[in-house]
Amino acid sequence: MRQTWVTPGGVHPPENKHQSVTQPIGSLPIPEKLVVPLGQHIGAPAIACVKLGDKVLKGQKIADPAGTVSVAIHAPTSGTVSAIEARPIAHSSGIEALCIEITSDGKDQWIALQGIADFEHTTPKTLLSIITDAGIAGMGGAGFPTAVKLNPGFHRPIDTLIVNATECEPYITADDALIRERAEEIIEGIRILSHTLGNPSNILIGIEDNKPEAIQALEPHTQDTGINVVSFPTKYPSGGEKQLIYILTGKELPSGQIPADIGIVCVNIGTTYAIKRAVVEGEPLVSRVTTMTGEACEINRNYDVLIGTPVSHMLAYNKFDAEKCSRVIMGGPMMGFSLTSKDIPIVKTSNCLLAPSVEEIPHNEPAQPCIRCGMCAEACPASLLPQQLLWYSQAKDYDRLQSHNLFDCIECGACSYVCPSNIPLVQHYRSSKSDIKKAEEEKIKSAQARERFEFRQQRIEQADKEREAKRAARREAALQAKKTAAPNSAADIVAAAQARTEAKQLSPEQEQAKLERAVSSAEMRVQKAQSKLDTAVASEEPEDKIKILSAALSGAQQKLEKAKTRLAEQSN
Amino acid sequence: MAFKQVTSPHAHGAKSTANVMKLVVLATIPGLIALTWHFGWGSLINVVLACLTAVISEALVLKIRKRPLAFYLGDYSAVVTAVLLGLALPPLCPWWVVVIGTVFSVVIAKQLFGGLGYNPFNPAMVGYVVLLISFPVQMTTWITPLALLPEGLSHPDFIESLKLVFSSLAPVDGITGATPLDSFKHTSGLTVDQIYQQDSLFSQAMFAGVGWEWVNLGFLAGGIIMLSNRLFTWHGPVAMLATLALMSLIFWDSGSSQSPGSMMMHLFNGASMMGAFFILTDPVSSTVSNRGRLVYGALIGFLVYIIRAWGNYPDAIAFAVLLANFCAPFIDNYTLPRTYGHTDRRKATERSED
Repeated sequence: MRQTWVTPGGVHPPENKHQSVTQPIGSLPIPEKLVVPLGQHIGAPAIACVKLGDKVLKGQKIADPAGTVSVAIHAPTSGTVSAIEARPIAHSSGIEALCIEITSDGKDQWIALQGIADFEHTTPKTLLSIITDAGIAGMGGAGFPTAVKLNPGFHRPIDTLIVNATECEPYITADDALIRERAEEIIEGIRILSHTLGNPSNILIGIEDNKPEAIQALEPHTQDTGINVVSFPTKYPSGGEKQLIYILTGKELPSGQIPADIGIVCVNIGTTYAIKRAVVEGEPLVSRVTTMTGEACEINRNYDVLIGTPVSHMLAYNKFDAEKCSRVIMGGPMMGFSLTSKDIPIVKTSNCLLAPSVEEIPHNEPAQPCIRCGMCAEACPASLLPQQLLWYSQAKDYDRLQSHNLFDCIECGACSYVCPSNIPLVQHYRSSKSDIKKAEEEKIKSAQARERFEFRQQRIEQADKEREAKRAARREAALQAKKTAAPNSAADIVAAAQARTEAKQLSPEQEQAKLERAVSSAEMRVQKAQSKLDTAVASEEPEDKIKILSAALSGAQQKLEKAKTRLAEQSN
Repeated sequence: MAFKQVTSPHAHGAKSTANVMKLVVLATIPGLIALTWHFGWGSLINVVLACLTAVISEALVLKIRKRPLAFYLGDYSAVVTAVLLGLALPPLCPWWVVVIGTVFSVVIAKQLFGGLGYNPFNPAMVGYVVLLISFPVQMTTWITPLALLPEGLSHPDFIESLKLVFSSLAPVDGITGATPLDSFKHTSGLTVDQIYQQDSLFSQAMFAGVGWEWVNLGFLAGGIIMLSNRLFTWHGPVAMLATLALMSLIFWDSGSSQSPGSMMMHLFNGASMMGAFFILTDPVSSTVSNRGRLVYGALIGFLVYIIRAWGNYPDAIAFAVLLANFCAPFIDNYTLPRTYGHTDRRKATERSED
């Protein structure tokens, strides 16, 4: 047995995992319409590369990654692009974002797929681009583009690869089911990961001891691979990245750093399966295993769900009873967010759809005053003092919040879970975090404005000084001139002026050359204006724009005429 | 169709503030039984009278503050304050002592500061100290424990006790007497052994003081019940008792006439156990971190011993707790836990760099 470490705090909510693992992973009928959001990952949303009405095949790329921290999006089934517009998406704030709607043709026809059987002889760089192009982002919840994580750079050598199979949230069994049924492919995926990371010396699969079947399923495939399956006691939130790193290595991730800074890469186990499919089969990420559970649905089970499947489709298929249901949650009961609408689609990070009955998860009771009992502090996995954070959150005391390390809160919800006064602590922290971030941005902005203002003042002062100096110098010079030139007569002055004008005049040859240059540049301008107008007409630009361009053209032509006449005059 | 939107976490544990408070009340039962057994019906009457007064005065203040009555009375916090004060008062003290103390606790010490969660001082102890300073005679008249009652005398029965309480008459001479701490304090010039031989409060005791050792064992049992239900952590009570024990060991001086008494006498007399498990564990007015609670508990244990040994009062839990309440924010400032991913503990007043 490998040593594991114990994190402080944590809670043991009822697991409720058995309901959804009684049957193998199932599949849903293909919905009539699928709604695929362009931003399912952390980073820039992908850019649509299909047009309204385009026919697409399953697995065809419908959006390109936008920059480095982004991934591609693919059509989850074959059909027609029937809308590209803002729709409600899976987000804690219930916002809308750009989505591509695909109307299924029912054929579910794949594009031609090409995989790499021999990944060991493929460069990590090629593998990384395959992973990005296959649209793979972390499937555990945050959705960080996996290729970015796998490319920490030379200054961060990786010695430990952690595969997160903890699945510590109650109810969720998506990873559990996936491991039970597809362990071999998962291990293959881990080997691909290990290869792209330059074969780190430690490869650990972290899993809670409440999944004995999954542990057993992994074992035959990990023998002699150097991959260790490490099980540890079940406790929420052991699956948090920081917590898992500590449990498996005894190292704490320093505040504000990423795991790669201490030589660790942490990947969700579902992601490793997606990577295997992408690399070996060439199959982009168009579906994922999602747990459908909760007493408000008659059927509780895991499904291989197409990305973009509307929640309503999934609920209806599992005989959802809206009367019984207290709320519909995407994710688990601890960190999941309640959905505002039935039309929200399943995305790459949706590991669970929870429809609990009112008895299972009752409506929230009103909050009572905090009595600082400290149960929250006992439950906090980050060793914070949640009761103090609440106090300072309410007082908007940002300095105190920061000295109490508000930003090390992982929002796991353990504090709210144990709070006897039903205080929505995490909600207070989220709001304070965003307030502080906003205040800091304002601070930076106002600092910049001040700097700009001060610089401008300085510049004006400088200019004033220079002008004053010049004036003084001129006055001085005039005084001097008066003194020395006093005897000069008026005739002398006139003669001097004439001399200056003569000096300024050009010779006829020079004059000729100058006018010729003017003509040729005027000709150029006419040509340019003409071509601009032509392209505008060709691309059917708005009428007023064309008008402006043609006016510019005629202006240029007139100038050319003028220049030509002058040249003619000169030559005569 | 739109769903209801709620923030995470959605799941919630089973504990509620009302249940926490109820459990505290239940945990006082062993101590209350021991008090009633050894000192008669007085304590029970105190507790009931204090509870009634507390609920009524809390309701009145809530009404004035225009707060929903049922919601705030339902947290049982007023009842807890009342029960603790009732247990601390001398049995068979006049009814108005109980009422004044309770009204002061609930109205002045708690509601005027903003109600539950906002009081800087332990309300029951504020009430107790106000009474102790204002009515020293009534507050220092204790009942003789059952085992030491003179031949032919017994504690008044329930009806008799009620009559005594509401007529404000002092109980018969024979059934009142000093507490062991009191008695020990006022026997100067005798060595500890001599006191123990002369005073039946000690000579007939198992290890600390007749009756009182049972009362303290009762509160200790209640404390263990609460600890096992995780109502609070062990840090405060253990630090307080350990410091008290340590101080009495250090200054024991082998029992000369100057000795402030043995470790067992200090641990199992007066309000030691009740203070350790029921008073200083009041979370509202204590420190917040576990390290803070160690310091806070130790400070109380230290102050209790100092006042008992060299102060004017035989017992000192109330004063020590109130003094430590003053210090709690200061202690908090230096005892933040080390957060995950940080190498150092921070100070609460630390400023982020600008």
